[in-house]
Amino acid sequence: MEGVLEDKILLAHGSGGKLAHELVERSFVKPLANPLLAKLDDSAVFDFSGRLAFTTDSYVVSPIFFPGGDIGKLAVCGTVNDLAMSGARPLYLSLSFIIEEGLPQSELNQIVNSIQKAAREARVEIVTGDTKVVHRGSADKLFVNTAGVGIIPEGVDISGDKARPGDRVILSGTIGDHGIAVLSQREGLSFSTRLESDCASLGDLVAEMLNVSPNIHCLRDPTRGGLATSLNELAKQSKVSIRVEEEKIPVREEVMAACEMLGLDPLYVANEGKLVAIVPAEDADKFLTAMRENNYGKGAAIIGEVRAENPGRVVMETCLGASRIVDMLVGDLLPRIC
Amino acid sequence: MKFVSEFRRSELADGLISQIHRQSKTPARFMEFCGGHTVTIFRYGIRQVLPPTINMVSGPGCPICVTANADLDKALALSQVPDVIIATFGDMLKVPGSRSSLQQVKADGADVRTVYSTMDALKIAEDNPTKSVVFLGIGFETTAPTIAASILQAEEREIRNYYVLSLHKLCPPVLRAILDSGEVKLHGLICPGHVSAIIGSHPWDFIARDYGIPCVVCGFEPLDILQGVDMLVAQIENGESRVEIAYRRGVCPEGNQQALKLMAQVFEPCPAHWRGIGEVPDSGLKLRRRYQHFDAELAFNINPGPTYERVGCVCGDILRGVKTPADCPLFGKVCTPQYPVGPCMVSSEGSCSAYYSYGGGLGG
Repeated sequence: MEGVLEDKILLAHGSGGKLAHELVERSFVKPLANPLLAKLDDSAVFDFSGRLAFTTDSYVVSPIFFPGGDIGKLAVCGTVNDLAMSGARPLYLSLSFIIEEGLPQSELNQIVNSIQKAAREARVEIVTGDTKVVHRGSADKLFVNTAGVGIIPEGVDISGDKARPGDRVILSGTIGDHGIAVLSQREGLSFSTRLESDCASLGDLVAEMLNVSPNIHCLRDPTRGGLATSLNELAKQSKVSIRVEEEKIPVREEVMAACEMLGLDPLYVANEGKLVAIVPAEDADKFLTAMRENNYGKGAAIIGEVRAENPGRVVMETCLGASRIVDMLVGDLLPRIC
Repeated sequence: MKFVSEFRRSELADGLISQIHRQSKTPARFMEFCGGHTVTIFRYGIRQVLPPTINMVSGPGCPICVTANADLDKALALSQVPDVIIATFGDMLKVPGSRSSLQQVKADGADVRTVYSTMDALKIAEDNPTKSVVFLGIGFETTAPTIAASILQAEEREIRNYYVLSLHKLCPPVLRAILDSGEVKLHGLICPGHVSAIIGSHPWDFIARDYGIPCVVCGFEPLDILQGVDMLVAQIENGESRVEIAYRRGVCPEGNQQALKLMAQVFEPCPAHWRGIGEVPDSGLKLRRRYQHFDAELAFNINPGPTYERVGCVCGDILRGVKTPADCPLFGKVCTPQYPVGPCMVSSEGSCSAYYSYGGGLGG
């Protein structure tokens, strides 16, 4: 069969015909090898018992390759993390591609390879999928959609409305790495940085936290909209205020510098391998210790606490000892003009 | 080298804050001209840590905010010309003109592209030879030299489908206009850092000399601003008025000669209309005759239609330092960053946006 596939994806690869079958067999089923996917039935069928977490997300990142990852790794990690933020153990993912005709086959292969690697690391299986190819200009190279299911262990009940006054806020590491790494590659903006995206699956980190105690009140992965937006969501859902200290929030010097250059605030820049946890004050240190032992929680820090007054508000104590509101992100992040 | 975190160190800030508290005896009102400074002041809560003797007011230093509706309408009209691509810095997209915004006309099908530099706009022109690219030249002395450079490049490379809508504004003339109006009594001025990196500190000399107002050119980190305030307080308590630089890492008294040369080669001063302030002589930049073929207004026959101002919006008064966002009946009610009415709420460097986003009314 070598040489049958063109080196670029054509509309015919999405037609459902022969080329499409070859593409699925060779580019997806083989590298992502698992018995459920290999059956190629219309649905993946499996047994499980317990409380189920179910999530979906679409990935349209541009460029599709960036320092520290690509759209494939992002798609796996993002969906695994959404499951983990409910305290679930991620099990199975679906994977759908919308491909713009003309995408080099080699790029698709590279992305499927990183999907395979990311899925193996997160111990999830891709069990069902779909491919569509659209006319040039109808998509930007490649869009990916994933859905995922996972099982929530007994006694775990994590939700955004469970923050209580007195709880501590823990952040798992530096913020803004992903957003700045991607921005550094944007056309017309490329600046050189050694910074890499923090894109990572946090399933194990959450499992290790749950080993300390199932009593985690809230978990959130601060992706689009950044830490500021996640904290605001939690404050509003739980009807509490959250007070954080600027100096406790870890930010890499290069992220800080890039943000200054671009007129951005790291609090609003996306992360793909970080979580924010709200936990009872008495357990905070134990959680912190456990998190720091995990590769993806080494930089964890207690950044603030939950309070009762002014529900829905996030307040930051600045490095000057003054206070200011941390609002949600409005609109898209745009560079400054002067 | 840590150019950012070193200028945010709390122990250094504490020292400066106590010094300001010790020194400041005379009540004084300081204006920070630049929107970038306004953002730093609110983001770090600087007003809260200053003694009650010091009253900070924000100035007109946000290029988007001071762009008149009539000028925004020209940009919107240009976007409707067939085969015209509008290239603009991103902050402009959301700003409402009389009837629409670039964001809205883009959604309706106009070709509006966000660029990060003028050279990107030039590249779009090269890549689309059958179309015309109009770059929206909105900004102060900071952006004008790069736009001048793009025009010289276009000339040299014979790119004939590149145009500029020059709405540039110059800072020193508008400060003179504000001071001459006598509406706001100022005792000190925090001069813009980036603008001064281009023009130097000498263009502010007239303020210290003719109006007796101390001036300090500041950077954009919290320590820069605190140092600037400290230097202003020192001048006031010593009865002096001079222009000082608290931003030596970015500004020298003579400015950036190369950038100034580029600017002077391509542009010449002209009257400009400032929102809330009106027409100020010699406060704008237009293309010199030699480069007029790059002038979008001359190249395209546009009719922007009548101009409307929004009822109740006091952006104009806020830009002059006469009112604060809290004085505006629309602020935080019908005018928010999600649904901005006036430009000071749209631009990330606008006073209303900074005041709203960082909770200017938060108190202690």
